[in-house]
Amino acid sequence: MTTALLECEGVSKAFGAVQALYRVDFEVRAGEVMALVGDNGAGKSTLVKCVAGIYPFDEGRVRFDGAPVTVHNPREAARLGIEVVYQDLALADNLDVTANMFLGRESVRQGFVLDESSMEHAARETLQGLSVTTLGSVRQTVAGLSGGQRQAVAVAKSVMWNSRLLILDEPTAALGVAQTRQVLDLVRRLAERGLGVVIVSHNLHDVFEVADRITVLRLGQRVAMLEASDTTQQEVVHAITAGTLDHVPGMVDQGVAET
Amino acid sequence: MTIDPRTDPEVDAGPVVGVDEALPPALPTGLDATPETLGGYMQRWWQGVRAGELGSLPIIVGLILIAIVFGTLDDTFYVERNFTNLLLQIAATATIAIGVVFVLLIGEIDLSVAYVSAVGGVSMTLLLRPDGPNWPWWAALGVGLLVTTAIGLVQALVITKAGVPSFVVTLAGLLIWNGVVLILTTQYSTSGTVRIQDDTIVGIANDFLSDAWGWVVAAVGVGAYALTQLQTARSRRARGLDAKPLSVIVLQVAGLAVVTGAAVWYANRDRGVPSVTLIVLILFVFWSFVASRTRFGRHVYAVGGNAEAARRAGINVDRVRIAVFMIAGFMAGLGGIILASRLRSVATNAGGGDLLLNVIAAAVIGGTSLFGGRGRVVSALLGALVIGSIANGMGLLNLATGTKFVITGLVLLAAVLVDSLSTRRRAARGMM
Repeated sequence: MTTALLECEGVSKAFGAVQALYRVDFEVRAGEVMALVGDNGAGKSTLVKCVAGIYPFDEGRVRFDGAPVTVHNPREAARLGIEVVYQDLALADNLDVTANMFLGRESVRQGFVLDESSMEHAARETLQGLSVTTLGSVRQTVAGLSGGQRQAVAVAKSVMWNSRLLILDEPTAALGVAQTRQVLDLVRRLAERGLGVVIVSHNLHDVFEVADRITVLRLGQRVAMLEASDTTQQEVVHAITAGTLDHVPGMVDQGVAET
Repeated sequence: MTIDPRTDPEVDAGPVVGVDEALPPALPTGLDATPETLGGYMQRWWQGVRAGELGSLPIIVGLILIAIVFGTLDDTFYVERNFTNLLLQIAATATIAIGVVFVLLIGEIDLSVAYVSAVGGVSMTLLLRPDGPNWPWWAALGVGLLVTTAIGLVQALVITKAGVPSFVVTLAGLLIWNGVVLILTTQYSTSGTVRIQDDTIVGIANDFLSDAWGWVVAAVGVGAYALTQLQTARSRRARGLDAKPLSVIVLQVAGLAVVTGAAVWYANRDRGVPSVTLIVLILFVFWSFVASRTRFGRHVYAVGGNAEAARRAGINVDRVRIAVFMIAGFMAGLGGIILASRLRSVATNAGGGDLLLNVIAAAVIGGTSLFGGRGRVVSALLGALVIGSIANGMGLLNLATGTKFVITGLVLLAAVLVDSLSTRRRAARGMM
């Protein structure tokens, strides 16, 4: 098996008295889709945000590409090639697809004049590379796109910048059946291109459709790490709702002492 | 896969449409056949209009209507002298409205622009007084602009750093700067009017280009437009992107040449093209370039469209906001100086009356959305032209002030209605 692209070892994060993550191990390999599942409050978002550099981990080690790293802010994460597509997608409705894909990183000539034709060209290449074919034109405003197309644009925007690890937060939550299909296909293609993909989802059907492995969080701890091919939805549901905890919440000290 | 109604070529026709030629023809994206012909271009434009992408069409129709109505009602509306008068009348409104367009683009409002413009005019005028500081014209003008830009900066700092809504901050500004204008004008003259005696400053809004220069300016303008259009088309073709067909460019350039030529010819039959019209056109070209062709302009639209997305994309949203309010202050100052020059004086009522209403109405009538992110610099000019020609026509008809207000208000309402109806149409067609 390939070595891990991202490796979190025993990472913890507390917000005051709330232990959001407790000694979680989490890894993603290049070219695989890792699903991150768990009930509300299980710590999925916290883990994602820590990896993306929005919060620091309290303890634990993170390795990217085998080298130990500490990510202090989203900019540093982006420099490593870690990109997150949040649920709200962060697209400007009034701008066209190209402008959104290049937002904040516009190509310019003479330091300030937009190089529209090169941006439009690159945007089209990227979308075609991802086989996003439902998009009519890269000069169309995002306001006119369907949910699935928006998701595709947000994903394309993230992978455009040589990203190596893409984290998708609930990418299919607001989508219909056909559009979910498109997005899941896109996720698969990203993994085939060698990216590590993390998909955070509540929808186990989607997870089984697209993921290679599944990490289950429960109350801030990792309760299971399963190969999607040799587990069942039932098993995952069981882990989400009743997975064995290494330590009992609210009894932090004891838990630490035991392990 | 789902087929959006929008991917239907019948419907999807924005003003600028890029096309995926490399898509396999079997896919029903419908956009792989770019109409690089005049007919195809016109067809696409008309489809866009039907789908609610009206662009400047309603305002041009409106202007024609205004011209017909006032032309029939009053014989003097079509007199050459009235045309140059109109150009002089709208210069200050258009200038201030350009700044307002930027503020509206980021989804904010600036209610102080009218009195800020007066502060600019008054501070320049006071510095010019022969019995006072007696500064050279350029220094006084520079300080006037500096003062109004600084006012924009201060108001923007309160808005961004303290998080107070721009509506409230600039409403306070409206009162404050009105007060400042009153204090300054009454302090330096008993009558409340300070005259400008500098010829250069008075000349800004009272001089005219010679006939020959009028033609030169028109030729340079049309030539530059043609060049940039050709340049854009060439660079897009070089990248394998679809481009405006040559026939369309030729027609557009010819159209511009005819309109410009007619305007210059008509103005030259009177006193010539006002110098201030040239100034306004230069400002228009400059700020249009900033808004549509620069990174800063792109960020302005992004902040107005989705400030959170802009922030996450690494754009310094506060800095964009501050810069925009400074632009509004600068343009207000320039407008105030033009106004002072035209009146050859400043008085206690400077910046008052319907100036604020007119500049905001001009931007909105021109098609700039009050909710941010949508609009173009040209809307300031077109809107000012509409407001100006109505005011001009009603002035010729000697209508009562009350009637004028009612009519101007109705026109503003009509413009906003057209905008919201076309927005609804776009939404119904899946364009929004």
